[in-house]
Amino acid sequence: MTEVSEIPLHMRRAQFDPISELGEIRDGAGVCPVVTPFGVPAHLVSRYDDVREVLSDSARFSTADRRALTPPDATELTEQEYARARVGNLLSYDPPEHTRLRRMLTPEFTMRRMRALEPRIVEIVDAALDDVERAGKPADLVSTFALPVPSLVICELLGVPYADRADFQRRTVDQLDASHPPQRRLALQQASRAYMATLVARARRDPGEDILGLLVREHGEDISAEELVGIASLLLLAGHETTANMLGLGTLALLRHPDQLARVRDDPASVEPAVEELLRWLSIVHTGIPRTATTEVTIAGSTIAAGEHVVLALPGANRDPALVDDPDRLDITREPTGHVAFGHGLHHCLGAPLARLELRIAYPALLRRFPGLALAVPYEQIAFRPYSVIHGLQALPVTW
Amino acid sequence: MRIVAERDRCIGAGNCVMTAPEVFDQDDDGLVAPLVDEADPVDPASLAAARRAVERCPATALRAVED
Ligand code: HEM
Ligand code: HEM
Repeated sequence: MTEVSEIPLHMRRAQFDPISELGEIRDGAGVCPVVTPFGVPAHLVSRYDDVREVLSDSARFSTADRRALTPPDATELTEQEYARARVGNLLSYDPPEHTRLRRMLTPEFTMRRMRALEPRIVEIVDAALDDVERAGKPADLVSTFALPVPSLVICELLGVPYADRADFQRRTVDQLDASHPPQRRLALQQASRAYMATLVARARRDPGEDILGLLVREHGEDISAEELVGIASLLLLAGHETTANMLGLGTLALLRHPDQLARVRDDPASVEPAVEELLRWLSIVHTGIPRTATTEVTIAGSTIAAGEHVVLALPGANRDPALVDDPDRLDITREPTGHVAFGHGLHHCLGAPLARLELRIAYPALLRRFPGLALAVPYEQIAFRPYSVIHGLQALPVTW
Repeated sequence: MRIVAERDRCIGAGNCVMTAPEVFDQDDDGLVAPLVDEADPVDPASLAAARRAVERCPATALRAVED
């Protein structure tokens, strides 16, 4: 699994960039065969228009077909095991099941609710920066800043009591550490779900102002405890590592483009477009979850039979010249594009308003706190994550 | 240009509110609540932003009607 040659094409990177073969496929045939990390053969779709077409058509491209995530030779989970593993996981449902859960959650992610959360995020970011400053230089920004900030924001969302937060963060970091053997990962995942179950039980007894409390108050018994645990786990999985890697990788990208870094630091009006451009250019989510064709379809001239699987090259789409001119250049002064870094269609990122808010607060706060921010090691020594669901950095050693 | 929003299709991503805040809001359920009645033309100053919002709606819940 760790052999470089086995990493699927669409998950390989040359530092910030997708590998050049991806661009060649996009600008050539548009579609090519790949084998997913789960060992499932699929069609890789790479152009902006085609990616949007697949993502916006959940009738022809289902996310609910479990074969997309099961290698042909795997020991099958029983129906019951599978149902238990995915309960509450929005991504694994098609309408109408998807619609039901998503409608319950959207009120928690409105722009208005985000504005209400903003002061807490500012406090979390400032406190993390205080810690970095106190610990002194050099510092690893991944472990001291990029990981703790989104984790504490999720604690806020889920109503994790203050007394539990240190443990929660330790467990989360451990859970997302891909170097653990599968047995240990499974155990960590179970420990995390067990903790989520205590939060759910508490919300049932005494619903607070957090998401779990609000879901219990609004929907009562219409939403099961298992679903609430699944939702809490999904918010943690989908909201933590993504935002953390945007913070780490985005900071490095700005350090490599000092004129753009200075703008983000000094000009508040530049921050919003800068965040959109970093999302596009970095495209940290290589691909959404695989889709399964429900009927025969033609994409970029290739025929995809019913039951075959499709994966989307989000960086391919976001670096498509059909989307922007000079797509491989990072340019935070661009008019924001309709990028697909948050996906597209019904499964478009639920947490996008929150992620945007976190990034818009965190980048300028970091750069203003440390106006002399610089790498503490030569750029060549920075370790990008070689193989992961989300692109990012192992560590970001900085000084100031 | 007028805007027609199909609230049944809306997934509450909030992209339109971010892209064209003069034209779109969200209700308490997170669903799109256009600030301009669907019978009324969009203010010329907001046209470009409104078009972008329509084009980028992840759920294709928005339509621009030119009449
Ligand atoms: C149906 C939905 C999903 C399924 C079935 C799924 C499945 C998995 C599995 C099996 C792993 C463990 C891989 C391993 O053991 O190495 C994993 C890891 C992960 N997934 Fe997902 N996932 C889903 C949705 C998501 C979403 C929406 C996101 C974020 C956008 C996400 C982000 C991650 C991350 C960050 C990891 C850990 C990555 C790492 O270890 O490097 N997943 N997922
Ligand atoms: C910059 C950070 C983030 C990025 C780049 C990102 C990216 C994505 C992408 C690409 C998808 C669609 C996957 C697919 O269609 O297969 C997705 C879905 C999702 N994301 Fe995010 N995400 C981020 C942050 C967050 C946060 C902060 C949360 C929540 C706290 C979150 C929650 C979700 C959920 C629940 C889904 C599934 C939505 C559905 O199936 O309806 N994400 N995200």
